[in-house]
Amino acid sequence: MEEHDIDESEQKLEAEVAPALIAVHPDQKFVSVAVGSDLRVFNLQHGSAAQLSDETGGHKDSIRSIRFSKSGNLFVSGGDDKLVRVWDTDSWRCVYSVVSEKRVTSLAVSGDDKFITFADKFGAVYVVDIGDYNEENLAPVDKKAVPILSHYCSIITRLDFSPDGQYIISADRDFKIRVTLFSKECLKGAHEIQCFCLGHTEFVSCLAFFSSCDYGQSLLVSGSGDSTVRLWDYASGSLLDTCGLGTKAGLLNSNQKEEDVLPAVIDLCETSDRSLVAAAIQSLQGIMLLRCNFSARTLTIAKVVSVAGETFIPTSIAAASSVPLLWMVMGASSLSATDSALLARVRVVSGFGTDHSESVVPESLVIEDKEIPGGEPLLQALQGKLTIGEEAFSTAAEAVKTAMRNLLIKKQYSAERRDFRKRGRNDKKNQP
Amino acid sequence: METKGEESSPTDGDKMLEHDSISNSTTHSKTTGLPRKRFYRARAHSNPLSDSHFPVPISPAHFENDCTAHFPKFFPNGSKKIEFADIGCGFGGLLISLATLFPDTLMIGMELRDKVTEYVKERILALRASSPGRYDNVSVVRTNSMKYIPNYFEKAQLTKMFFLFPDPHFKEKNHRRRVISPHLLDEYAYVLKVGGIIYTISDVEELGAWMTGCLDDHELFEPVTEEELAADPVVELLSTATEEGQKVARNEGQTFRAVYRRIASSHAR
Repeated sequence: MEEHDIDESEQKLEAEVAPALIAVHPDQKFVSVAVGSDLRVFNLQHGSAAQLSDETGGHKDSIRSIRFSKSGNLFVSGGDDKLVRVWDTDSWRCVYSVVSEKRVTSLAVSGDDKFITFADKFGAVYVVDIGDYNEENLAPVDKKAVPILSHYCSIITRLDFSPDGQYIISADRDFKIRVTLFSKECLKGAHEIQCFCLGHTEFVSCLAFFSSCDYGQSLLVSGSGDSTVRLWDYASGSLLDTCGLGTKAGLLNSNQKEEDVLPAVIDLCETSDRSLVAAAIQSLQGIMLLRCNFSARTLTIAKVVSVAGETFIPTSIAAASSVPLLWMVMGASSLSATDSALLARVRVVSGFGTDHSESVVPESLVIEDKEIPGGEPLLQALQGKLTIGEEAFSTAAEAVKTAMRNLLIKKQYSAERRDFRKRGRNDKKNQP
Repeated sequence: METKGEESSPTDGDKMLEHDSISNSTTHSKTTGLPRKRFYRARAHSNPLSDSHFPVPISPAHFENDCTAHFPKFFPNGSKKIEFADIGCGFGGLLISLATLFPDTLMIGMELRDKVTEYVKERILALRASSPGRYDNVSVVRTNSMKYIPNYFEKAQLTKMFFLFPDPHFKEKNHRRRVISPHLLDEYAYVLKVGGIIYTISDVEELGAWMTGCLDDHELFEPVTEEELAADPVVELLSTATEEGQKVARNEGQTFRAVYRRIASSHAR
């Protein structure tokens, strides 16, 4: 009996659901959505879907990370098929293909477009030198990746460069954020750790930055499974402020059943003017906008933007650096073995003005489908279809939540179960 | 249960002692009050890759609060920080020797196997009781140091780190379980002060060569010269103070030592 129960629970873990992801070109020339192994790109200048040309046939398994480089010239994608693809955003040709030993969890491109870094599920971070990129060369080039740093046996959840490009920052499921010096000689490894940002009490899921010209510095913000967003001085590792979003998100869903686990913060994203950071939280239908007070070094909730009319809980959010819009996607790869349909729903938040002084509450709101740049063709291209059944939403939300929990939260076994497993161990079997 | 047994440790002679506070069980020697190893038998290895189910401090600041319990004689009025860490301290032989050699330095052993940690804890308590005023600067924690070093120590906090007779993990696929590896050295360099020393020793030639190789290739470490080694009283303890070292000496085995100094990075220089 017991054995049966265990088998069942372990089978459930097998079905891994990947959340849908969204990325926006810095000048909003393109919007890309990844769902399952499907990579969709919409060209907003032409008003049509971009045709990706990839001789190797695209991704074979769930995509876990997509990103435009700061310049917008490159786009990177990677995931469970252990491949990293680098695309030229002019031609949407795959210009580099890098094989990883393990599944890829996160990607980042250095500010000068010279290095691609990616993290794998075993805690290693690799760098690929693409400084020799040549547009004339049409054939995709296979590149070797060099390991530069590692989080011992952890899963790295997010990788990013600090805005000044001086540090590479990696977050993991063991509550850690590591800040490491990143130099031009990074191919020899990134050995010098600047600091660790320690304070989260669950997996760290996402990173973003607040930058202020007035103060000439930027601060790191991180979201976590502990339902908080924290503000850090990433040069020293000091925790400056902690903002609990869980209770606030919980209040909005008071009609839902009491949750035993606090809702995790799943994504963070700077708004175009960099004065606010948007946060997506499990079970919150919408986003929260956070503001940082640089002089007081505090973090506060500026506003909650909710989505009315449908159960829309974003799985990924993104923004261009020059257009005051915030893009959100909700969706998941195959929800069950029998149903291979991919779900993706795109929504947009507008109303990020230029004036973001302390007292002004941004008048942001979720805009209607017809007002979205690119209109119906964009939705058709990125969602796959225009209308989505309400039922699919709640299934997707639940599936994404479970998958994240299974992947990143340590399994707690009862004492009985641990004993049971010990009995089955090989070294005990041979004993009388 | 039999309560009379051989001496578990030769360190404290035959002094008769009474300290009921500790030896309320049958697991301690009646003559020395020290815990007896036979009651702390543990598996020789523990998987460093598996998820840990013991408490880990959230940050070094949190761990500092725990230090009151670890070093009651030094806290709370003292602002001393731990300076030595013995990674994989085993039964604690080195720590016990170091404790009297550096009576004013706080030091901690880190060990993954819970029964072994328990033994070292009892051993220290027994020694503190039998020789008041000594051994107050030494303690032990159960942890996976390969995973959680940054949770215990701040940047540049330590002056010495010890890796004595670590598991060799011969198979290539298990090399990532070795406690000295190019990427883990980054973390050790982070917690070591510039000028701090990392001591490694093994009786396995292959592992000795591996550790020397890793340290040689790392930009933040340089070898300590032979003259300095000869002058350092700690070096001799590497092979004589630990239980593993004594075993090797009994079998007239060879040991392979690598002692390196943390240097400033080229960025800082």
